[in-house]
Amino acid sequence: MATVTTPIKAEARDLNFFYSNGARALKGITMPLYENKITALIGPSGCGKSTFLRCFNRMHDLYPGNQYQGQIVMHPDNTNVLDQGVDPIEVRMRISMVFQKPNPFPKSIYENVAYGLRVRGENNKRIMDDKVEEALKGAALWNEVKDRLHDLAFNLSGGQQQRLCIARALATDPEIMVFDEPTSALDPIATANIEELMVELRSKLTILVVTHNMQQAARVSDYTAYMYLGELIEYDDTDKIFTNPSRKETEDYITGKFG
Amino acid sequence: MATQLMQAPVQLTISPRLAKNIRRNVKERVIELILMLAALVAVATTFAIVGILLYESLSFFKTVSVIDFFTDTQWTPLFEDAHYGIMPLVSGTLTTSAIALAVAVPIGTITAIFLSEFASHKTRETIKPILELLVGVPTVVFGYFALFFVTPMLQKIYPDLPSFNMLGAGIVMGVMIIPYIASLSEDAMRAVPMSMREGSYAMGATRFQTALKVVTPAAVSGIVAAYILAISRAVGETMVVAIAAGQQPNLTFNPVDSAATITAYIVQVAMGDLPHGSVGYQSIFAAGLVLMIMTLSFNVIGHWVRKKYRESY
Ligand SMILES: Nc1ncnc2c1ncn2[C@@H]1O[C@H](COP(=O)(O)OP(=O)(O)OP(=O)(O)O)[C@@H](O)[C@H]1O
Ligand SMILES: [Mg+2]
Repeated sequence: MATVTTPIKAEARDLNFFYSNGARALKGITMPLYENKITALIGPSGCGKSTFLRCFNRMHDLYPGNQYQGQIVMHPDNTNVLDQGVDPIEVRMRISMVFQKPNPFPKSIYENVAYGLRVRGENNKRIMDDKVEEALKGAALWNEVKDRLHDLAFNLSGGQQQRLCIARALATDPEIMVFDEPTSALDPIATANIEELMVELRSKLTILVVTHNMQQAARVSDYTAYMYLGELIEYDDTDKIFTNPSRKETEDYITGKFG
Repeated sequence: MATQLMQAPVQLTISPRLAKNIRRNVKERVIELILMLAALVAVATTFAIVGILLYESLSFFKTVSVIDFFTDTQWTPLFEDAHYGIMPLVSGTLTTSAIALAVAVPIGTITAIFLSEFASHKTRETIKPILELLVGVPTVVFGYFALFFVTPMLQKIYPDLPSFNMLGAGIVMGVMIIPYIASLSEDAMRAVPMSMREGSYAMGATRFQTALKVVTPAAVSGIVAAYILAISRAVGETMVVAIAAGQQPNLTFNPVDSAATITAYIVQVAMGDLPHGSVGYQSIFAAGLVLMIMTLSFNVIGHWVRKKYRESY
């Protein structure tokens, strides 16, 4: 598995999750995320990938009755982000999320990227301009939009909107970024752009990405986790998972024999 | 080459299946026709109303010049010395409507934001029916509520307030249209997809920031539509102003004055016994035309604003 020298950015420890209807969607997941690495999460539909991802930024708090059990600890400060005493807003500032379907706000391109800063009370125009430019460059969108920053974000193409959402998430300098099937609504070229972008972002932050696309997991990720029915079945170097998985279930899923 | 281009002879016999299709087509056509006739009733009524308004107004403007109509500062059709200046009625209409909106827009919008973004399911299910009950209260009741309850209350603060005044009438009219704004705006806000809110929360926004900076702008076209409907209601409202604002046309925008609105004048005349064809009788059509143009302009502005801010998810 991972070499001992790779630092851990965050880890789930015996994580269980219950939806308000009592359904247990995660079963005792223990799994580290390595710093400045991309970890892919694969598994059949309904196995709990999104549920797991959304624990990281406490998205489940938005709906009453959901319950976490266990820990997600962030390093180096050892904060358990699931702790009731930890402010979910604080957590979301450190761990940002990109959704499956691009969901820009009904605002200009500029204001979309500036949103996270404004929410944090930043109002200095110069700082804001710099941050917006930096984030858009980081999301490889700057050249396409620099002349129309004040256009409505809805006027961008789907792929551009998704990169805008990445820029929006980048603008606040998160430590971890989680992506839930970020390319499933995009065409192959836009997908390639996003994949390239993720690989570039790796040097700045730690990435966790859910994908249904095996090739994508193999192309971009350093580590791959296979989940099934709420359990973590296997977690290893991506190369190992795709060439020589230890578990039969993983192999069946990857080779398409699953069923 | 030429022979290839020629078409094969068309077969003219109708197969049994096709014949059935024809019968079905006829049925479809009949249904279509009925639907169209139903739609025509509304369209025809509208045209008839506009036609009558224009026709009667035209005879009115044969006696009263358009310039006098818009520049004369007095509206006294029932006096010996009759003046036909519409402006006093317009000022009364605009003032009462403005007061109503000043009450209803903030309260209605805040109520909508509260119901859609903050209230629990249970709270919402309790408050909404109560709000909608307000719509069912007859406007006469609101009129007397303004006259016998709100105005006396206002007189405690401001003793010089006359018994008939635009302030009391306007406030009550505002209360009356709160449900429209609240209910329609809430529908618009609830239609904003959850994914948009999640995007905002994921950025570290609070509930309040999400409601104000993301959900409200996303629902703006629906909210504007609610405002427009409310304006039309306010401008066209009759009973409350007829009862509580007084019926003396008065060119003033001061809320503590008494005044008449266009609608109040129209009922006043319609309930009196002016002979058909007299100038006084025709004047209600001219006034109605002005009212219609006002409502229409608000609708056009609203349509334009909605188009400008149209949301697409
Ligand atoms: N709001 C909810 N309430 C109750 N159960 C839920 C809820 N959302 C998801 N689930 C259930 O939790 C399980 C995991 O769902 P999840 O969305 O995490 O799957 P997923 O692996 O992301 O699937 P997909 O690949 O289709 O996105 C499923 O059995 C699902 O039915
Ligand atoms: Mg999912």
